Amino acid sequence: MTSTPPTTTRTEAVLATERPTWTGRFRSRAERSFPPEKLLPDRQPAYVSSWIYVFGALTLGAFGVVLLSGAVLAVEGPAWWHVSRVGLYVNSLHLWSTELFFFFMVIHLWGKFFMAAWRGRRRATWITGVLAFLMSIATAFTGYLSQQNFSSEWISTSAKDGINATGAGAFWNVLDFGQMLLWHVLLLPLVVGAVIAFHVLLVRRRGVVPPFAAASTVVSEPYETALLPSAAPAGPAHDDFGPEVPHNEEAP
Amino acid sequence: MPHIFAALVNLNHPGHYVHWGFIQMSVANLLVIGLMLLVFVLALVLPFPHGRAAARERAARPEASAVDERPEAGTAP
Repeated sequence: MTSTPPTTTRTEAVLATERPTWTGRFRSRAERSFPPEKLLPDRQPAYVSSWIYVFGALTLGAFGVVLLSGAVLAVEGPAWWHVSRVGLYVNSLHLWSTELFFFFMVIHLWGKFFMAAWRGRRRATWITGVLAFLMSIATAFTGYLSQQNFSSEWISTSAKDGINATGAGAFWNVLDFGQMLLWHVLLLPLVVGAVIAFHVLLVRRRGVVPPFAAASTVVSEPYETALLPSAAPAGPAHDDFGPEVPHNEEAP
Repeated sequence: MPHIFAALVNLNHPGHYVHWGFIQMSVANLLVIGLMLLVFVLALVLPFPHGRAAARERAARPEASAVDERPEAGTAP
């Protein structure tokens, strides 16, 4: 008997063995969706040269300070953050970074709303932003309940009637400090962090929405002319909200 | 010495509130909302540093602008 020589190369054999696995499919899809030049870009569209495009990054910066200061508070505990000078400082840092987080996020929300940032197959980006906003409110609420002072006592006793009226009070007790603290320091930050990470990935994938003026009017600034409808690719890439940017042709 | 670090506004009193019918809001929250609106308007009208200069540079080098203005590059969120 003679053995049959191999008809495939080693690479083909590896690919053939990887395709059926979920890890191989996941890797292939991740490489297609997020090539390095899109994941970590070194160029910006010209229309991003505006202050209104800064607030998303500012929100992320504030979120980082919130996480870091919150981690320090979690390590030391309430007996530290209510008494020591450093603890009071970190406690205030956590509060004011949260204030700035919402401050920047709301301005980011206004800017994206008036730009109709869901244009150009960016619906998922918009929806994850909304989810991040709503989950952040819940996280901040449990944070106010976890202060362990008269303020948190007042807020929790005021909120319990509203929560109970929704029926959620049966399993989500705002008067239970331990439950609220665990939601605040573990469950909700995980959800908010994951949603924000997914939101940023979608921004990387779809790009930042161009402003209406650049997409619909003739302007004198040369850096905006690339976004005129004539510069957009031919085909069905236009919807009721204006032309899409060329890189949005891929399916999600 | 401590008065140097004191708050510009004396906060050692119960909060002030404004009322419109059934709507009640603290003056502090109203100020924050007003500040957000102000920052939002300023972000729309204030020129971005180097934005105009970069536009002039691209106008002077149209062959470079064809590359720089491609919107497919990902951007900061």
